[in-house]
Amino acid sequence: MAECFDEMWGDTGGLRAPYRGFHDWFAEEDPKRLRAKQREAEEIFRLTGITFNVYGRAEAEERLIPFDIVPRIMSGTEWHRLSRGIEQRVRAINAFLHDIYHNQEIVKAGRIPQEMIARNEAFLPHMIGVAPPGGVYTHIVGIDLVCTGEGEFYVLEDNARTPSGVSYMLENRETMLQMFPELFSRNRVQPVQNYPANLRRSLAACAPPAAGVDPVVAVLTPGIFNSAYFEHAFLADQMGVELVEGHDLRVVDGRVAMRTTCGYKAIDVLYRRVDDEFLDPLNFNPESQLGVPGIMDVYRTGGITIANAPGTGIADDKAIYSYMPEIVEFYTGERPLLQNVPTWRCSDPDSLAYVLDNLADLVVKEVHGSGGYGMLVGPTASKKDIAAFRRKLKARPGNYIAQPTLSLSTVPIFSRMGLTPRHVDLRPYVLVSPEGIRITPGGLTRVALKKGSLVVNSSQGGGTKDTWVLED
Amino acid sequence: MLGKTANGIFWMYRLLERAENTARLIETGQRIALTRLNEPDAEWRPVLQSASVLDAYLAANETVTKDAAVDWLLRSHENPSSVLCCIEQARQNARMVRTALTGDVWEAINATYMHARETLARKVGERDLPNVLRALRQQAALVRGMTHGTMMRNEIYDFARLGTFIERADNTARILDVKYYVLLPSTLAVGSSIDNVQWESILRSLSAKGGFRMEYGSKLAPREITHFLVLDKRMPRSLAFCTSKIRDNLNYLNRGNRDPGPSLRLVSQIEQQYLSHDLDQIFEFGLHEMITELLGAFSGLARQIELDYRFYE
Repeated sequence: MAECFDEMWGDTGGLRAPYRGFHDWFAEEDPKRLRAKQREAEEIFRLTGITFNVYGRAEAEERLIPFDIVPRIMSGTEWHRLSRGIEQRVRAINAFLHDIYHNQEIVKAGRIPQEMIARNEAFLPHMIGVAPPGGVYTHIVGIDLVCTGEGEFYVLEDNARTPSGVSYMLENRETMLQMFPELFSRNRVQPVQNYPANLRRSLAACAPPAAGVDPVVAVLTPGIFNSAYFEHAFLADQMGVELVEGHDLRVVDGRVAMRTTCGYKAIDVLYRRVDDEFLDPLNFNPESQLGVPGIMDVYRTGGITIANAPGTGIADDKAIYSYMPEIVEFYTGERPLLQNVPTWRCSDPDSLAYVLDNLADLVVKEVHGSGGYGMLVGPTASKKDIAAFRRKLKARPGNYIAQPTLSLSTVPIFSRMGLTPRHVDLRPYVLVSPEGIRITPGGLTRVALKKGSLVVNSSQGGGTKDTWVLED
Repeated sequence: MLGKTANGIFWMYRLLERAENTARLIETGQRIALTRLNEPDAEWRPVLQSASVLDAYLAANETVTKDAAVDWLLRSHENPSSVLCCIEQARQNARMVRTALTGDVWEAINATYMHARETLARKVGERDLPNVLRALRQQAALVRGMTHGTMMRNEIYDFARLGTFIERADNTARILDVKYYVLLPSTLAVGSSIDNVQWESILRSLSAKGGFRMEYGSKLAPREITHFLVLDKRMPRSLAFCTSKIRDNLNYLNRGNRDPGPSLRLVSQIEQQYLSHDLDQIFEFGLHEMITELLGAFSGLARQIELDYRFYE
C-alpha cells in the first residue's frame, strides 16, 4: 500500500487543479496562525456542543470529533459524474426494496438466491405487501465511497437505514466560513446549507394521504444519551420541527400523536432515528421503551410516513452488497456507474477457503456490523488477531464477508509537520421523494488521523474535513 | 409545544435560579462567619437550613463545619441541590430541549456548565471562594440575559419564566421561614447588634440590601423588612412580585381561554389569602404560619402547572 493516490498531488506529484486556489492561499499563510485557528475550531465545536457520546465510557460521556482545517476538494465535473452514479444506485435500491417486499421479481429471475432474502435477519416480514406513502423506502441515504485513483470511486457501503453524520457536514462548513472567509472568496464552493430545508421539503412530499396541506414532521430520537443525539436535536432545530421521544407519542384515533401542552397532536411524517427493532414494542422488541406501541399498525393503514421505512436494512446488508451490480442492472436496465468492491461471501465454501488462505491481505467484516467494530484489517493486524479471527470465521462463516484492501486515496491534513497525507472516505447525503432525488454537493469526508490507518470511524480515532465541490 | 419540552424548560430555569440563589447564600454565610468573633462555624447551620439541605447534610456529616458546609452547598454530588449539580442538570435539560432554545442561550448555558465543571472540579479554597461565587452568579445572569435578549415571547418563554419565579418565590419563602423569628415585632425589644447582623444577612442573601436602603432608609426594622420581602411589588425577589409574574405568564399561556384553569385559580387563591393583607393582619395570623402555608401553596401550584400543561402524561 506504499503508493496511493493523493487527491491534492495526484499520482505524479503535480498539483491537481481543484486544489490550486487552496494551495496558493496556504503558501501565504503563517503556520502559527493556522495552528491557532485549528484550536479556535475546537473551541467553536465545544461551545456549540457538537459532540458525540461514546458508549461504555463513563468518564468522557461527550467527545469532540477532531476537525481538520484542510478541505477536501472536488471539481464540479468530477462531482457531476459521481452524483449520476449515486442517483442510479439509490433509484435501484428503492426499486429493489419495493420488489422484495412485493413480487420478488429479482428472485424469480434468478438474479438473487431466495435464501439471501428469506433467511436474512434484515428482511422484515411485517413489510410484505405494505405500500409506503409516495412509494419511497429510503428517504435519506448515505453512500460510503472511497477513491483509489483519478476518477476511480468504489462504493463501500450503502447506508439505507439511518445514515448519520450530516450535521458534521453542515457544521464543518459553518466553521470554515467563520474561520476562513477569504478562502470562500477565492474559491467558488457549492453551498450545502440548504440541506435541512431540503430535508423537510423532501419529508413533507412523502406525507401520507391523511396529512393536511402543511404536513406535521417530527424527528424521533432514542434520547439524550444516544451517541448521535446532537445530530437529532440539530436537524429538528434546523428544520423547525419537534424533536420527540417514544414516551411523547401514542396512538390516538388511528394516528400517531405527540403530547403537547394543549393535548395530543397528530404527526404525518416521522423521521425516526430509532432502529426498526425498537420502533414498536407491540410488533417488534416488546422490551423497547424507545418506540411507539402500535405505530406499525398505523403505518400499514397509511396513517403515518416513517422515514426511512422499516425493513430497508435488507438493502444495505453486507451480504446483499455483493449483489449490488446485478441489482442496479436489473432495475435500471443500465450498467452500474459506480463500482462495487469485489466481495467474497464466506457462506460460500470456495470463497471461505480463499479468504482463510489470504486473511493477511483482506478486510473481513461482519455482515450486520457497523461503526468499524468487529472487523479485521488484514495488512495491519497482528498474527494473534488474525488467528482469533480465523476461529470466528470457521465458527460462523455466514456472518462474514471479505474484501481486498483497497488502496484508499489520501488528502493532506494540517499537522505540526505541515501538510501530511492521510486516508479518507466520503459519505454524500441523498434525499429521495416523489419530487425526485436530491444530492447535496460534497458530503462528509472522514479522515483516518493516524498515519497509515485505514479506519476513519469517529469511534476509532477518525476525524472529519469540510468537503468542497467547486463551481466549474 | 411538547409537554416534555415545557417540563424541560421549566426545570432548566428553576435549577439555574436555584444555583444562583445557593451561590448567594454561600456568599452571605461566608460574610457573616467572617464578621463573627465566636464560633464562626455555627452560622453555617441556618445557611444549610435556608437551602433546605440541612437534614441531608447531617445524614452524611457528623458536624457542621465551614469547609464541609461550603463544599456540600457548592459542589457535592451527594447533594442534588448543590450549585454544581444544579448547573449540570440545567445544562442536561438544555440539551434535552435544545430545539426550543436560541443558539445564544444554548451557548451561554453550555459555557456556564463548562466553566463550573472546571472551577468546581476540586475543593475551592477560602481565598478563591469570592471570585468563584461571583463568576457563577455572573454566568447565571448571562443565561438569563441571553434568554431575555434573544428568545421569542411565546409559550417557551412563559415556561422559562414560570420556572424562574416559582423557584425564586420558594427561595425567598425559605429564607423567611428560617429567619422569621428575627422579624417578629416582639424581637424589636432585643435590638442587639447580633440581630442587626441577622437582618442584614436576610437582605444580603436576597441581593436586596441596596434596594431596601433606597426605599426604606437605613434603619433595619422588622416591619419594614417583612413588608419589603413579602408585599413590595417593586422588589424583584419579593413574594408578591414573584406571584404577579407567575400570574402574568400563566395568563399569557391561557390566552384565548375564557376559563382561567386550575393553575390560575390557585394563583388567585394565593394572592387573596396571603398577599392582599396589611402587615398587622399578617403578624396577627402569624408570620411563621403564613410562610409555612405559602411554601405548601407554591409547591402545590408547581404540581398543578405540571398537570395543566401535560409535563408527564
